[in-house]
Amino acid sequence: MQMTMIQALRSAMDVMLARDDNVVIFGQDVGYFGGVFRCTDGLQAKYGKSRVFDAPISEGGIVGAAIGMAAYGLRPVVEVQFADYFYPAYDQIVSEAARLRYRSAGDFTAPMTIRMPCGGGIFGGQTHSQSPEALFTHVCGIRTVMPSNPYDAKGLLMACIENDDPVIFLEPKRLYNGPFDGHHDRPAVPWTGRPLGEVPEGYYTVPLESATVFRPGADLTVLTYGTMVFVSEAAAQESGIDAEIIDLRSLWPLDLPTLVASVKKTGRCVVVHEATRTSGFGAELAALVQEHCFYHLEAPIERVTGWDTPYPHAQEWAYFPGPARVAAAFKRAMEK
Amino acid sequence: MNKNQALHLHVPEPSGRPGHATDFSYLHLSPAGAVRRPPVDASPADTSDLAYSLVRVLDDEGLAVGAWAPQVEPQRLRVGLRAMMKTRLYDARMLIAQRQKKISFYMQCLGEEAIATAQALALQPGDMCFPTYRQQGLLLARDDVDMVEMICQLMSNERDPMKGRQLPVMYSYKRAGFFTISGNLATQFIQAVGWAMASAIKGDSKIASAWIGDGATAESDFHTALTFAHVYRAPVILNVVNNQWAISTFQAIAGGEATTFAARGVGCGIASLRVDGNDFLAVYAASLWAAERARGNLGPTLIEWVTYRAGAHSTSDDPTRYRPADDWEHFPLGDPIERLKTHLIRLGAWSEDEHEATQQALEAQVGAALKEAERYGSLAAGHMAGAAAMFEDVYKDMPAHLQQQRRQLLGREA
Repeated sequence: MQMTMIQALRSAMDVMLARDDNVVIFGQDVGYFGGVFRCTDGLQAKYGKSRVFDAPISEGGIVGAAIGMAAYGLRPVVEVQFADYFYPAYDQIVSEAARLRYRSAGDFTAPMTIRMPCGGGIFGGQTHSQSPEALFTHVCGIRTVMPSNPYDAKGLLMACIENDDPVIFLEPKRLYNGPFDGHHDRPAVPWTGRPLGEVPEGYYTVPLESATVFRPGADLTVLTYGTMVFVSEAAAQESGIDAEIIDLRSLWPLDLPTLVASVKKTGRCVVVHEATRTSGFGAELAALVQEHCFYHLEAPIERVTGWDTPYPHAQEWAYFPGPARVAAAFKRAMEK
Repeated sequence: MNKNQALHLHVPEPSGRPGHATDFSYLHLSPAGAVRRPPVDASPADTSDLAYSLVRVLDDEGLAVGAWAPQVEPQRLRVGLRAMMKTRLYDARMLIAQRQKKISFYMQCLGEEAIATAQALALQPGDMCFPTYRQQGLLLARDDVDMVEMICQLMSNERDPMKGRQLPVMYSYKRAGFFTISGNLATQFIQAVGWAMASAIKGDSKIASAWIGDGATAESDFHTALTFAHVYRAPVILNVVNNQWAISTFQAIAGGEATTFAARGVGCGIASLRVDGNDFLAVYAASLWAAERARGNLGPTLIEWVTYRAGAHSTSDDPTRYRPADDWEHFPLGDPIERLKTHLIRLGAWSEDEHEATQQALEAQVGAALKEAERYGSLAAGHMAGAAAMFEDVYKDMPAHLQQQRRQLLGREA
């Protein structure tokens, strides 16, 4: 049936709550109210307060308590209201969740999922727009995942909840209600009618560590994820460059063979993400491509990213890497 | 007062420094038997006075007095005394082993033995402790935890259950209700609350026991733990071991000046006790009270255990640089082993001869365990878990990049 990303995420949690008695969901405003983005709407009424409940405003507390629950044997799915607010939980994520299995040699594990709405393009300013994925991909022991559409959102979230490793599940809130290609001057489009908005009602999974070719192409390879998948698609159409767009879906660990096969085919690579540039996840992607595809590369690897500044409010569209900036990088990559 | 008087920053100091005796009057001790014992269903607010006084059972003569004196068989106390002696002897032997470079690092719990060993007696199988690095007594109180295996962890040898990945003393024993120790202070305090919440979510009967030191109460996870424990009425015992010192830092710098750590619990709506941590009977009685409360769905309990860190912070620390060398001798709550020994002798349930014989038997046990552990190698001798094991358990299944890195290490790939 047709679902928005919000409905798809809610459906994933609904299915997993029904499938596994050990799944519990909590976070700020996720219980009675159903979440500030409606992602958990109706779940408390359906499953009760011991399965879905509101939490104090304490990201460190939410993640720390979830680790303890996971150590007991539950499968917590917790929400941090905005990715911009995960920082108080960083110690629990890095020092604890990520390392529980390793430091105890498997004696204790943390099968848990931390959902975080992320990304900009909504005039969210400094603390409602960040893309902190590089702060997670750098941490050994956790998985970082980001969907770009309702079908993947539901399938990936169910795969993450089932996975026995701790997972950071980043949700581009700009894509919650419809795809967004960076053309902020045009009317918003809904997921309705889109093939990717067609989501099965029941259980299915989208495997982790598997990228997808979002748009096949011959001229160059675009490595991207989240909102930038659609921005890159618009850039391909507008530039007339036949870009092959890879939606990574799992950021780390990732699907290296799919990336490498594409770049070896096209010989050119453009990395696109909203996050700031320096030491961003794009640097790792560029390094991997350089290492694995060196003799196939016909041009330097381009990176189109957010600027190395805090996310501004008024200057949103000068900051956000829109289709014009991405298309310009496509052209540079083709000219060399 | 001159309203234009210059402000000045207050930086607390301990009264005792090297060469100057400590004035322990800041502890505000209550006489043994003086503090009331409320019913286990007492409201948190009704424990306010208990958070500012001190629950004590053993008086200076070694007699058990007052409402908190537990109904406990002397045989159980003999088990407790033996557990404390075992813990102290283990520490002493491992300290020597560290000096002999058989192990790289060690942390004693000298003077704090009563707290972990007595609470271990008050808990039930299946309960989960979330210890710091100074609750080895929780393990050593149990005869089903193999001391050889513990020493193998200290030696990071090929029998180390942690496969050499963890610093010495960072044990993990799920089967003994002992959560994997982390180097990051206070993180376990909120995790314990989460574990207790999980037990409640599943309608289980198990409870959690959380542990933290006085210094680490300043970490934010201490506050999140109290908040969550209170909000969800989690079945957890929140233990604050106030040994007066966080490495070189006196407990006043952690926020202990003119207040107590137990008082924090009351402020958060948690029933709270402040207890003589060197009084085995008081530790046992207070732990039982808190455990019964948790198991009865009556909510969490915070207990501040007043004790003294008699030894160095770790084998990397020299306390004579920041506190009087003879401080422990003047600590008014004494030595937990001596105090329980005196009590048992007064009961006629122990003797100097039995003490001496037990001491010798335990020394032999620890010595034999060390010897056996050494047979499985040591870090110093280069006998440890293979380097390939380094890549395991990062994830449940080894991802491709770690498989590649392992191949690189093993020289099978450039």
